[in-house]
Amino acid sequence: MTKRQNRMTLVALLVIGVSLAGYLGLKAFNENLLYFFSPTDVTEGKAPKGKSFRLGGMVAKDSVKRDGIKVTFDVTDYANTFSVNYSGILPDLFKEGQGIITTGSLINGVFMATEVLAKHDENYMPPEVADALEKAKNKQ
Amino acid sequence: MWKWIQAFASPKNFYQISQQITPWFLYPFIVLALVGLYWGLIVAPIDYQQGESYRIMFIHVPAAWMSMFIYLVLAISGGIGLILQIKLAYVVAKVSAPIGAAFTFLALVTGAVWGKPMWGTWWVWDARLTSELILLFLYLAYMSLNNAFDNPKTASKASSVLAIVGLVNLPIIHYSVKWWNTLHQGASVSVNKVAIQDTNMLIALLLMSMAFKFLYGALMLMRARDEILVTEQNSSWVKKIIMKYKQ
Repeated sequence: MTKRQNRMTLVALLVIGVSLAGYLGLKAFNENLLYFFSPTDVTEGKAPKGKSFRLGGMVAKDSVKRDGIKVTFDVTDYANTFSVNYSGILPDLFKEGQGIITTGSLINGVFMATEVLAKHDENYMPPEVADALEKAKNKQ
Repeated sequence: MWKWIQAFASPKNFYQISQQITPWFLYPFIVLALVGLYWGLIVAPIDYQQGESYRIMFIHVPAAWMSMFIYLVLAISGGIGLILQIKLAYVVAKVSAPIGAAFTFLALVTGAVWGKPMWGTWWVWDARLTSELILLFLYLAYMSLNNAFDNPKTASKASSVLAIVGLVNLPIIHYSVKWWNTLHQGASVSVNKVAIQDTNMLIALLLMSMAFKFLYGALMLMRARDEILVTEQNSSWVKKIIMKYKQ
């Protein structure tokens, strides 16, 4: 091998080695990299018990009840549902049908939240388009 | 062919060519940025959920794209420097690093400013935000490593190895929103799907991302010329240029 090929091999080995290390590292930490648990994860016992964790899902339709700054609502992934108790300021995007992530712990089957964050999706559209889509959906 | 590449990549040749082509990056940047900002701030309609606040994406998304693109340039020119021992490749990598770091910082800051009203928080440690922060640290580590050696050759080699090692972070950033649950939303624009349902929004985004590409090209060329004058200060052609300005 010429010197140049030698150096090329070294760099290639470096790239392969690092990718492998990265892959194995990510595989090992996979669970810890989940930012939140879905209601189904929690039902299946994947969420930490007796400790605070994050629950993520959709705010169920017609479930939001406000009483001053106290608010209760249901978080669902359309397979399982948990009701959430929270008192505090909700983000602008919070509404029924919106994706949210909430931090807290499960006490007697009710999720006592200390923080509620709204999750935005990747869709961007003007209000007229959103209205048109909504109308089309209702017609079906 | 090697001779041809080496001749083209000689510092002297690059110095002269880059002087001529810099305007071809600088002026398109100015035009694209002005039209893009007008399109993004005035022509594009409001978003059905976020109102006016979504317009920050016309800076945030191109800046985030550039932060990854420039890192790729860093690693590839580092690799070319190591394998083919072309000085110019090291110069390109060295001068690109601070530009990339600046775009990464811009992406993080604009994201935080948007996150506060929309998500309800400036910052969370989810996979996307954390991996982008690691990208900023990689740029900073690259820059400090490059300045930590007295011998410029050793500095270039060591920092190029670091740049190539850090390459593993790029797919993590890109796929973080797919592989794991994150607060950050998935990609709005990707190869097989565009989730931006308005042509004017899309045009503004594409104009701005083109503008940032040209801005990087212009900044890189200008900084590379300065860097070449420093590294080649003992060669006769640089001395000639300096003499010309002294008179």
